[in-house]
This record gives sequence, structure tokens and C-alpha cells, in this order.
Amino acid sequence: MAQFLAMGGYAWYVWMAYGAAALVIAIEIVAVRARRHRALDQLRMSAEASPPPPSMLRPRSAR
Amino acid sequence: MSVNWFRFSSPVSFYPLAGAWSYWFAILAALLAGAGLVVGLVIAPTDATQGDAYRIIFIHVPAAWMAMFIYLVMAGWSALALGFNTRLSAMMAQALAPTGALMAAIALWTGAFWGRPTWGTYWAWDARMTSTLILLFLYLGVIALRSAIEDPRRADRACAVLALVGAVNVPIIYFSVQWWNTLHQGSSISMTAAPKMAMTMFADILIMTAAAWCYTISVVLARVQAIIVERERGASWLESLIDLRPKGTH
Amino acid sequence: MESPSAVDAIGWALRRDLRVAMRSKGELSVELLFYVIVVTLFPLATSPSRDTLATLGPGVLWTAALLAALLSLSRLFASDFRDGTLEQIALSPAPLVGLVSGKIAAHWLTTGLPVAAMAPLLGIQYGLDAPVLATLALSLLLGTPILSLVGAVGAALTLGARGGGSLLALLVLPLYAPVLIFGAGAVDAVRAGLSAAPHLSLLAAGLLLAILAAPFAVSAAVRIALD
Repeated sequence: MAQFLAMGGYAWYVWMAYGAAALVIAIEIVAVRARRHRALDQLRMSAEASPPPPSMLRPRSAR
Repeated sequence: MSVNWFRFSSPVSFYPLAGAWSYWFAILAALLAGAGLVVGLVIAPTDATQGDAYRIIFIHVPAAWMAMFIYLVMAGWSALALGFNTRLSAMMAQALAPTGALMAAIALWTGAFWGRPTWGTYWAWDARMTSTLILLFLYLGVIALRSAIEDPRRADRACAVLALVGAVNVPIIYFSVQWWNTLHQGSSISMTAAPKMAMTMFADILIMTAAAWCYTISVVLARVQAIIVERERGASWLESLIDLRPKGTH
Repeated sequence: MESPSAVDAIGWALRRDLRVAMRSKGELSVELLFYVIVVTLFPLATSPSRDTLATLGPGVLWTAALLAALLSLSRLFASDFRDGTLEQIALSPAPLVGLVSGKIAAHWLTTGLPVAAMAPLLGIQYGLDAPVLATLALSLLLGTPILSLVGAVGAALTLGARGGGSLLALLVLPLYAPVLIFGAGAVDAVRAGLSAAPHLSLLAAGLLLAILAAPFAVSAAVRIALD
């Protein structure tokens, strides 16, 4: 294991590259999920604030 | 073909589809990345000249490819958005830009950490590094223009024009940087001096590229969902989404 | 009355913008002065040695030309957009592509051309000799119209957007990279005793492409801004 982590002496380079890539990808995933969640939350809040007319509550078929 | 593709160009019918695809492509991306990392970091043999530092190419090369490719896809959606005036195409272009910029940034960062042990410097004005940097600026330009324009429909079309102008320029930039590089630099430093491609290495680059593909599709579709909800607020069909996701659940 | 042709439109817009520009000669000379000052600052930042300056010269003279073009781009559409003139122009029966082409031509005549004329003079400060100076002027004559054409796209896209100046720089400067490479490269080639012909032909090809494509992108961008 220690040998694997040492990467033949190139540990700093290999793990900085892989680590940073993993980090920014993780950040992007979290950010996108949070954005979707926030958008839906706001939608829900505005819907509760002003209930839509009953005709709109029916799930509509496409278009 | 009898399928009415325009049906999917309306955010209404696309929203649930995007959710499902995003989910499955995320799983696929995780599986591929897992396999690719095991092969790349453990199974692939140490390179004779570069040692283990070469293992960085398994993220560097796929990220660089994706950065280039996402720009083309973004320009394609932009062209559709301008040509057919479809909202969804513009939203796709909008959702692709941040991930494209991210891929360019990863390519540059990993390139630097590959360059240091192999060339002895974190940054060399190598043709590919330089054009990837300019590509990153192009992405940032599109994102900045988007956030600088108040009206989303106007931003859609302005960004589409910019993306298309950029797409025409990308090959020219690439060529000019290559030209500049060959004139000004000794032959000592070159990205093409990559280690000799062993079969496992090449296969693993392909696996990691497939993982990057699936990741991009998944995260972009999730972002498109967010954009749809943000922008179509007030459209009656959206209200039905609330029932799909009751409070408290994820 | 038949509607005016594209050529009429170019001529009309060119004359009008030149007239407007001539009314504010002060602004024009300040833009040229900006170029002179930027070029003058570089030796102060490095060293007055002839070798250093001769190496730096082509790059500095070209980079400063890019910045000077960038600085003047906001003049191209912004004031017409603000006072509603641009909307009137777009509503006229003349083709918009022709009108914006005329405006771009006027922009080049009032910014690119003076810079190209001034550059050889400044090149003397950098110890460049006659053939190099001639190439510098020629490369700027071929390159600065591209800067005006491509820059016009950015200028039109940022109409009505927040953060005008720096946003425009972010959009336009990366697109200027090839012009800079070929332009400064041409001067550098002659300095190194090589032929500048390949660089100059590539610049000319780029100019043709920009003339053919940019006005359409600009008119599309203007329409988007006016929506």
C-alpha cells in the first residue's frame, strides 16, 4: 500500500493531479445537485404562496 | 423516421427524461471511472522512461479531449437554438459551458503536474497547453456573457452567436498556436513525446474517456433540469413536479 | 423608391460614422496617444539595451495595438445604442449587414489605420531597422481590420450587458490571439532574416474570412441587442 501511494517517487505529482481533479468534480456534482434542489424549493414556495387554479394542478400530458 | 423529435425539444417532455438519463449515466460513469482508475493506477505497468508520473495522462488526455469536444457540442446546440429558436437547445448550451470550462481547467492542472516531472517545469508554452488555456478563456467568456445579460432569452441568443464565432475560431487558434510553437521552440519540449503507448495504457485512456463522457452527460442533464425549473417558473406544467418530489425527500 | 443596396448602406454608414468621429477629434487623438504611451512604458519596465528592445519590439507594438483596438471598440455601437440611433439604423430599409460593415470600416479608418501609421515611428524607439519597420506597418495594415471586425462582434454582443469594458476584453482578446501570433510573427521573421510572406498571407487569409463572416455575426448580434 505504501508503495502504491509513493507512486515510484512521483506521489506529489500524481496525487495532486488526481486529487485536484476528484475535488473539482465532487464540487461540481454537489453544486449542480444543490442548484436543482434550490430551484425546486423555490418553485414549491412560490406555489404554496399562491395556490394555482385547480385546472393547473392536473398533471398535463405532453404539451 | 416516425419519431417526432421536436416533441423532446419542449422542456415539458424533456424534464423527466433528463432526470432518468442523468441517473443512469451517473451510474455508468462511476463504474467506468472505477474500472479505469484501477487499471490506470494499479494494473498498468510503470513506464520505463517516465516512471509512475505518466499515470497522469489517464485523466489529462480525456479531460483535454472533452474540453475540446464539449465546445463543439455547445456550438452545435447554439446553432440549433438560433436556427429553430428552441428554448431547450439554448438551455443545453448553457448547461454545457461550466462543465467544458471545468474539463479545460482539469486538463491544464493535470498537464502542469505531468509537465513538472517530465519536462522540469509546471508550465511550458506547449502548443496544446496554450490552446487549451485559450479554450478555457472562450468558455469563461460565454459564461460571463450569460451572467451579464439580464433577459435569459436575449442571453441565449447572444451566447449562441458567441459560441459559434468561437467555434469558427477554435481551429484557427489551434493552428496559429501550433505554428507559433514550432517556430519559437527547440524540439526539446513536446507533448507528443508521450511514453510509447502500451496496449493497456491506450485501452485505459479510452475507458477513462468513456467515463468522462458519461459524467458529462449526467451532470449536464442534471444542470439542464435545474435551469428548466429556474427559467420556466410560472409555467403551469412545472407545478406537477412538486408532487413528484414531496418535501423532505431528495 | 427602391430600397438601398448593400453598397449604398456601407457608404452611408461609413460617411456618417466618419463625420461623427471627426466631431470628436480629441477622443481619437487620446486613443492614439494611449498606443504611444503603452509602447513607451515597456522599455521603462525592462531595460534600454538595444538587444532586449529589439526582441521585445514586435510583440510590444502588436500587443499595444490589440489594446488600443479594444479600448476604442466601445465607441463602435455603444453611444448609438444608448441614444436610440442604432435602433433607427436597424429599422431603415437598407440591409443591416451593409450598415454595420460601413461602421466597422469607419472604426478601422479612425483607429487601426492611425496605429499602423504610427507604429513604424515607435519602432525606431526599439531600434528596429527599415525592412522590419516596413513589415510592421504592412502586418498592422492587414491585421488591424481583423481586430475591428472581430471586435465589432464582441462590441455588439455586449450591448446592454453589465460590466461592459472588462467583459468585452474577456470575449475579444482570446479571439485576437491568432492575429497577434501572425502579426508579431511576421515582424519577428524579418528581424531574424527570414521571409514574412507566410505570416502575411495567413493574415490576409484571415482578413478575407473576417470580412466575409464577421458582418453577418455583427448584424445578428445587433438585432439580438435591439430585441
